Amino acid sequence: MPKDHGIGASPKRREDVRFLSGTGNYTDDINIRGQAYVHFLRSDLAHGKINGIDTTAAAAMPGVLRIFTGADFEGVGSIPCGWQVTDRHGQPMQEPAHPVLAQGKVRHVGDPIAAVVAETREQARDAAEAIEVDLEDLPAVVDMKAALEDGAPKVHDDLTSNLCYDWGFVEENKAAVEEAFQKAAHVTTLELVNNRLIANPMEPRVAVGDYNRASDDSTLYTTSQNPHVIRLLMGAFVLGIPEHKLRVVAPDVGGGFGTKIFHYAEEAFCTFAAKALNRPVKWTASRSEAFISDAHGRDHVTKIELALDADNNFTALRTDTLANMGAYLSTFAPSVPTWLHGTLMAGNYKTPLIYVNVKAVFTNTVPVDAYRGAGRPEATYQLERVIDKAARELGVDPIALRRQNFITEFPYATPVAVEYDTGDYNATMDKLEEMGDFKGFAKRREASEAKGKLRGLGVNCYIEACGIAPSNLVGQLGARAGLYESATVRVNATGGLVVMTGSHSHGQGHETSFPQVIAEMIGIDESMVEIVHGDTANTPMGMGTYGSRSLAVGGSAMFRATEKIIAKAKKIAAHLMEAAEADIELKDGAFSVAGTDKSVAWGDVCLAAYVPHNYPLEEIEPGLEETAFYDPANFTYPSGAYACEVEVDPETGKVTIERFAAADDFGNVVNPMIVEGQVHGGLAQGIGQALLEGAVYDENGQLLSASYMDYAMPRADDVPFYSVDHSCQTPCTHNPLGVKGCGEAGAIGSPPAVVNAVVDALQSAGRDVTHIDMPLSPSRVWQAMHG
Amino acid sequence: MTQVSMTVNGKPVSGDVEGRTLLSSFLREQLEMTGTHVGCDTSQCGACVVHVDGAAVKSCTMLALEAEGADVATIEGQAAPDGTLNAIQQAFQDHHGLQCGFCTPGMVMSAAALLKENPKPSEAEIRDYLEGNICRCTGYHNIVKAIMAASGQDVSAIAAE
Repeated sequence: MPKDHGIGASPKRREDVRFLSGTGNYTDDINIRGQAYVHFLRSDLAHGKINGIDTTAAAAMPGVLRIFTGADFEGVGSIPCGWQVTDRHGQPMQEPAHPVLAQGKVRHVGDPIAAVVAETREQARDAAEAIEVDLEDLPAVVDMKAALEDGAPKVHDDLTSNLCYDWGFVEENKAAVEEAFQKAAHVTTLELVNNRLIANPMEPRVAVGDYNRASDDSTLYTTSQNPHVIRLLMGAFVLGIPEHKLRVVAPDVGGGFGTKIFHYAEEAFCTFAAKALNRPVKWTASRSEAFISDAHGRDHVTKIELALDADNNFTALRTDTLANMGAYLSTFAPSVPTWLHGTLMAGNYKTPLIYVNVKAVFTNTVPVDAYRGAGRPEATYQLERVIDKAARELGVDPIALRRQNFITEFPYATPVAVEYDTGDYNATMDKLEEMGDFKGFAKRREASEAKGKLRGLGVNCYIEACGIAPSNLVGQLGARAGLYESATVRVNATGGLVVMTGSHSHGQGHETSFPQVIAEMIGIDESMVEIVHGDTANTPMGMGTYGSRSLAVGGSAMFRATEKIIAKAKKIAAHLMEAAEADIELKDGAFSVAGTDKSVAWGDVCLAAYVPHNYPLEEIEPGLEETAFYDPANFTYPSGAYACEVEVDPETGKVTIERFAAADDFGNVVNPMIVEGQVHGGLAQGIGQALLEGAVYDENGQLLSASYMDYAMPRADDVPFYSVDHSCQTPCTHNPLGVKGCGEAGAIGSPPAVVNAVVDALQSAGRDVTHIDMPLSPSRVWQAMHG
Repeated sequence: MTQVSMTVNGKPVSGDVEGRTLLSSFLREQLEMTGTHVGCDTSQCGACVVHVDGAAVKSCTMLALEAEGADVATIEGQAAPDGTLNAIQQAFQDHHGLQCGFCTPGMVMSAAALLKENPKPSEAEIRDYLEGNICRCTGYHNIVKAIMAASGQDVSAIAAE
């Protein structure tokens, strides 16, 4: 019987009621008395010199309160980057300034030039159209290879080139990898593109700045995955507001997927302008604005080589990548193609020698940063594609080739600096073979062929490092932040609990799943636990939600704080029952004395803590409230095996996903329903990347895919029902819950399965197609078939 | 400014609007009914779907003045007065058909319109009908399942929940 409460149960989500009845509180739902509205005038050129801005006519238009330009932000800080990568030669990356409003130059379409604050949204927009900008068109660099050529136009005049960094990992392995390739019996090479994506949470970004002149307090309401990080970055580095005078609130947030991690210019602007005007200032992005101002994702161009010995054992791996940074360094951009990518190149395999080179490049495009998976999908895609290609070249079964090279003993130290604690890659592959009914594939292919369609089966594995991250480790790697998480557990006098967590929920259902953990620990009903998140004023300093970290890191902080609560409550219970503390047991919401029938209820102990009439005041303080900060000892390493079956219409090149199976190992699972929902969503995003989505720039730096008319979001009829399973569980060894993180797995693991399947389908028809770059649109597939 | 009057969830309302004011803006900003969401500006995402005189409409694509005299239904009017969710809303909760909740009002309103014209839609019919409603969180699996369940179909055979 499945559990009906506590860890492992799937209670209905408590947050759903407000979302289903239209009573959620998203940032755009917040309206403060007296608020004004800002509209940003953005560059329509990818690269340009600002020779002058004439705001005279615009300033005289109805309702205009003030027009800001870059000149108003001289002396205000630059939007900071949170990670410094050191290059192959020990030098720090090139790090350009990133002004709130453009200073002298614009560097991508969408770069904000001026901001009009007016009484209404419409007045602000109308006035922005009347601003005259003398913008001199400069040659733009869009293509990464072109950007690195001698004499290429520079995105930043004060940098030596468009190269942000040239990173080698592990540099000391380079010669040994070279030697292994020389000795290899077989080498498989693949050049591929990991297509540029736009995260597109359905809620566009919003910021509302507010200022209290009497107290000199600033408040920012914003669509963020990590309000404390925004407070720290914006307060300390941009606006110079101490944290005790700055509150950041991220209320209900309509999806994030990475792009709401970062600190954006619009947040700093609204906070700054609210103080300058002594009025609340609100900005709501249109979707068109989101396309040219939200950080994009992926955008890698890679050459990967796999060396094998005569027995088909992987002996070495080498990969060269160009990674697009866009025009400025977004908050965590430099870490994505390096530490979140290079460290994953071992995948599920015991390849002994690996060398990764990444050149990060500035271009006149929107900044690129973490998007669901962030570096790990890029690693998985190239690795799982090159293995599939190797299997075809060698004429061996792609699953057998993988199994032969699986890591089977744990802990396992990879040659790329991480140590996997647990996993069982054969178990997830066994499960996948069962779920995917591989034995029945031949019949299904026959049936497709009878209809004039081609059918292909693609399989791949993945491993990811998530539960980000050990602070001492990431500090050595260049992170300018710690990556712990926090929780305060407050027990009320009548026994109910409030958990104030630094994690942030923007679809993950923490308000439901976090209480399951505490309820299980204490033995009380989940309804007695309430979760508070998203407001720096009432939660401890936390790092927020991304990198599949909330339960593994934030949940562990909550677990530790609850342990402290239980330890203190046992002391109180011991006093109440006149027993030794060591003899007190907590079960089903009651404290008892071992070996006796003495017992006191959870609620009575809580009441005693707050009404300490009969209480050991000389030994312990009244009250029952504890805080814990949890810093993980290692990443967690979810893994799995995915299978995709496609049909390809040879007449049109259209690909349809017929079946998709995912066997994941997430360690212990707190709420299976939520975990499966996370996988479903990740799969759709991965299928979207593989078949539909792509941010396309023309050679002048104009974003051609800048609306839902042009950027193909996955829709309900693009995807099938998925078959997902998480019954293979090798618990994480280093966090108290044994959990691994499930938020990104689907997006990491699915693109190679889709592409492997399409290649399989085309080869089944005798087409010599070894690779097609994503997205596998009908025209690309058709051209590959007729190429 | 022109005065516009309509009925929203059974209650008469009126307000002064510009000619360019969208129905979605009128609902959200003037009536302070923020359950209807705006997720795009090209009439693609469907987060803003409401019913106007019984038909599903993208309220970001209709002027407030065009709804003069109309009977408008929004997400706020779907549950019973005591807060009890209707069958579609309840199925979305039962089958985890929402995550961040932003597309949800439009999904629920579209689903209601679908079930009105097709009380027992097939999986393919549901997926086809939802072509104008984008969800980025759920991968649609549980939305389709929830709508099938709300229409009284047995969904126990559908993979994994």
